[in-house]
Amino acid sequence: MASNDGHGGNAGAGDESARRRPPEWADGLKQLYDSVVEEALPDSFKDLIDRLDAIPPARGRDSGQ
Amino acid sequence: MSGEQHSGDRRTAAEKSDFKRELTDVVPHLRAFARGLCGRPDLADDLVQETLLKAWAAQDRFEPGTSMRAWTFVILRNAYLTDMRRNRFRGEYDEGVAERILTAPAGQEEPIHLSDLHRALLTLPAERREALLLVGAGGFSYEEAAAICGCAVGTIKSRVGRARAALSEMLASGAIPRRSSGDDVAHSAILEELDEVAAGNGVSSRG
Repeated sequence: MASNDGHGGNAGAGDESARRRPPEWADGLKQLYDSVVEEALPDSFKDLIDRLDAIPPARGRDSGQ
Repeated sequence: MSGEQHSGDRRTAAEKSDFKRELTDVVPHLRAFARGLCGRPDLADDLVQETLLKAWAAQDRFEPGTSMRAWTFVILRNAYLTDMRRNRFRGEYDEGVAERILTAPAGQEEPIHLSDLHRALLTLPAERREALLLVGAGGFSYEEAAAICGCAVGTIKSRVGRARAALSEMLASGAIPRRSSGDDVAHSAILEELDEVAAGNGVSSRG
């Protein structure tokens, strides 16, 4: 573990910093999330959204659900 | 087309159309959050559809001008917790996640792939996973995430910290469940945690 080859100079600060700073894989979380956000919306969602107007909002049953 | 909207609705037609547009705009985000929570794309999309219908039914409770994304995420997570208790999700994850290399730590033979991260994420207890997703992927502040989860800001910080530590540990050691084996172990851990969550420790899933 003594090797210090200067690979990625920002990563050499020691384990203590891991708690304060997002780890190096953190960008992957955004990639996972963004990759779904950027997907084309399946037709099933467009169909559902088109149908919403025909569904009345809940009336008189504000509690319970 | 009968466009009359006056039969007992509290909202004007313009407000309803604003609501619908905002709701439509957050669908991609709901899909991303749901995918992170439950792994399998088809089940995640079912969850989003359920969320949209619930949000639509509850639209009178949405305050115009506030965050539609935060509001619908609350609905989605509650639906998720309910479904989890019914065992609808059984430790399956997205086989379609790209085998893209995420990072190649020095001194490690195998680089970390995006799919590794995704599988590792799905082994986390539900409340830590959602906290990390909200903050680390969805870009919510700790305060916003706390509001969505109905808990204290300090609790969210702690969950995110623990989630990050667990993922770092798993990714560094390579102790990530492989596809189609070991999932049951990981998932039963999630379910155990959910029992606790559902029992009222930290999550208000009443109603």
